[in-house]
Amino acid sequence: MTSPYSAAKGDAMTGQTMSDEPLLRVAGLSKSYGARVGCDDVSFDLWPGEVLAVVGESGSGKTTLLNCVSTRLLPTSGAVSYRMRDDSWRELYRMGEAERRFLMRTDWGFVHQNPADGLRMTVSAGANVGERLMAVGDRHYGNIRATAVDWLGRVEIAEDRVDDQPRAFSGGMRQRLQIARNLVTHPRLIFMDEPTGGLDVSVQARLLDLVRGLVSELGLAAIVVTHDLAVARLLSHRMMVMKDGHVVEHGLTDRVLDDPQAPYTQLLVSSILQV
Amino acid sequence: MATPLVVSELCKSFTMHLRDGIRLPVVDKARFALQAGECAVLGGPSGAGKSSILKMLYGNYAVDSGQIIIDHHGTLTDMAAASPRDVLAIRRDTLGYVSQFLRVVPRVSALDIVAEPLLARGRDRAEALARSRDLLSRLNLPERLWDLPPATFSGGEQQRVNIARGFITRHPILLLDEPTASLDATNRAVVIDMIAEKKAAGVALLGIFHDQDVREAVADQIIDVTDFAPAKAA
Amino acid sequence: MSDSVAASLAEAPSYNFAYLDEQTKRMIRRAILKGIAIPGYQVPFASREMPMPYGWGTGGVQVTASVIGPDDVLKVIDQGADDTTNAVSIRAFFQKVARVAVTTETARATIIQTRHRIPEHPLTEGQVLVYQVPIPEPLRFLEPRETETRKMHALEEYGLMHVKLYEDIARHGHIATTYAYPVKVEGRYVMDPSPTPKFDNPKMHRSPALQLFGAGREKRIYAIPPYCDVVSLDFEDHPFKVQAFDKPCALCGAENVYLDEVILDDRGGHMFVCSDTDFCEKRRDAGHVGEMTEAAE
Repeated sequence: MTSPYSAAKGDAMTGQTMSDEPLLRVAGLSKSYGARVGCDDVSFDLWPGEVLAVVGESGSGKTTLLNCVSTRLLPTSGAVSYRMRDDSWRELYRMGEAERRFLMRTDWGFVHQNPADGLRMTVSAGANVGERLMAVGDRHYGNIRATAVDWLGRVEIAEDRVDDQPRAFSGGMRQRLQIARNLVTHPRLIFMDEPTGGLDVSVQARLLDLVRGLVSELGLAAIVVTHDLAVARLLSHRMMVMKDGHVVEHGLTDRVLDDPQAPYTQLLVSSILQV
Repeated sequence: MATPLVVSELCKSFTMHLRDGIRLPVVDKARFALQAGECAVLGGPSGAGKSSILKMLYGNYAVDSGQIIIDHHGTLTDMAAASPRDVLAIRRDTLGYVSQFLRVVPRVSALDIVAEPLLARGRDRAEALARSRDLLSRLNLPERLWDLPPATFSGGEQQRVNIARGFITRHPILLLDEPTASLDATNRAVVIDMIAEKKAAGVALLGIFHDQDVREAVADQIIDVTDFAPAKAA
Repeated sequence: MSDSVAASLAEAPSYNFAYLDEQTKRMIRRAILKGIAIPGYQVPFASREMPMPYGWGTGGVQVTASVIGPDDVLKVIDQGADDTTNAVSIRAFFQKVARVAVTTETARATIIQTRHRIPEHPLTEGQVLVYQVPIPEPLRFLEPRETETRKMHALEEYGLMHVKLYEDIARHGHIATTYAYPVKVEGRYVMDPSPTPKFDNPKMHRSPALQLFGAGREKRIYAIPPYCDVVSLDFEDHPFKVQAFDKPCALCGAENVYLDEVILDDRGGHMFVCSDTDFCEKRRDAGHVGEMTEAAE
């Protein structure tokens, strides 16, 4: 593995002594579409190795929030600051576009609900995984391919599929490929938008387990947007419940789910179908 | 001996927003302390709030008022007011919990589930797995089950996985929510021994036990939760 | 200039000199100058309708029409040949609308308009090579959005070019792109050299001639000023290599030149000859022989 991308390994939730500074600071973030509120005055910190779930129904503003934080959508007001690998703090919307895009494809990952939005469907799985490496200057075909094969293995895709296009993959495989493509540069922060959205339940379980394992193994910080409380329970440490663009409840995931305080959260939790 | 956990004036009620905001008080002004090397048992009839107290201590339930002071790495921290991040750090290093039911994670083997708390504390994988094997064999879980995910295990088997997971670390405080409920006599005896070892190691334990014999075998102190029962709402 | 313009106007009242009106030429010249100032950068321009279909070299023709003067000597080649339809008609076009001298001799020409080849005879200072370009965007293969490709050029995000080469190796075991092989110009812009064989890529590097590229349908002009670095993209373990041919030219015996396959009969008979017809003729005139010409003698 090339050296600059392995630095972030292993500081997963090592707690008070080590990473006592957040990785990401979101302060007073708002986005309005004219008179309509996308998200309103959202603030939170995210620490290295921490997984934050943002839950709510369609239209609650969770995806707007995710896009504003990940610099994919310009917020109306507020600030998003990020601690760079050299520990300097940078405000994302004051960075140049070139630097921001570089950050997005090296130190960050974005997993889309629809894998076709995050993959290049007409190039091989190997090239999909290798693209980020090539984008940061890797110029050795053999190494790129070996790294791609390694990552495909980590997301449980057989080596002999490395030259196949994702068009030939199932939905679950595509989603796993998308994850590998994002993680190959060892990002420190990953955004996921309904990562299990369109998948069959059995496929969901496998993916969730995989994501859970990778997140803890690599010490990733993650923001996961989902409407599925079971996904939030399994993946996240902390949870934010949104409704109509506002954060109605925010806390430790099991506390929010086991002892919901806000009326809306109680409704949400009581609406889960029991199996 | 040290008191690693002190609870004072702890109150808890549930507000049912879906039922016209009815308020159900469950615990009123609970106060007790745990001694290192001792096992305290929450006593009282079911529905008296034993489980709620345990869940508040673990940060699983929100607290209306009062304090839960925990000695976390030599610093006194109020669990009732701690940030989610602090709660997670306290759970990782200071406060262990054996719940009544195992929350099954798909596809993860019993061995890995048990080893996970050690791995989360940065311990070597081989060492964690060795400890995991020791505990599972001590709790008489058939070896053929170790590499399987416990989703299909019986209640007793799942419970033993759960106990092993809770006992594998050296948390200074350990909360036990009916760990022996679905165990046979042999395994109950194993758990009693394990609790005795924790006590000998200076761990402060707090548990709920429905079996009279287990309770008598482990309890150094009985905390009667009926003392913290809210006044009957008019 | 203005005298000759007036003269040509008097002689051919229906056309301005070199067909395009002077305002259009000014516009195109500005685009060319900008292209020269930023080597490899695609400059948008207001491409005109020309009296020939798109795909027949309208971009190259507009560039030539904007830089040509009455004293220029024009050579036009298509796949290296001076005598194919496309070359003949473009040459005839400029003879008619600009009354310039034409030649097939590479060394004599001041402007060479080309489709798909760079002449074998080395170019010199003062010469202008005008390429006809069908698709100017090298990133188009993988990124269909023009807004995105422009941004990628602006931010120098060229990882995608290597994805294309990676795919080649993954599928064929080697970089199978043989024409329109992407290059990086002056260490900055990645550029499509038009569908010339990659055999010609090294000739672009530090060429003393000015190289201009016109894409009529896509409305882009770009340029490589003389003596610019032009480097073909590759991998460390799969370095760029030009095509090699087993045999020399069957007619003139030339080696290390680009050869075309010519089918001789319907029984599989074929030969390989220079794609650059002028180069081949010059050699034969000088007495060089190849396999076929030897056999004929």
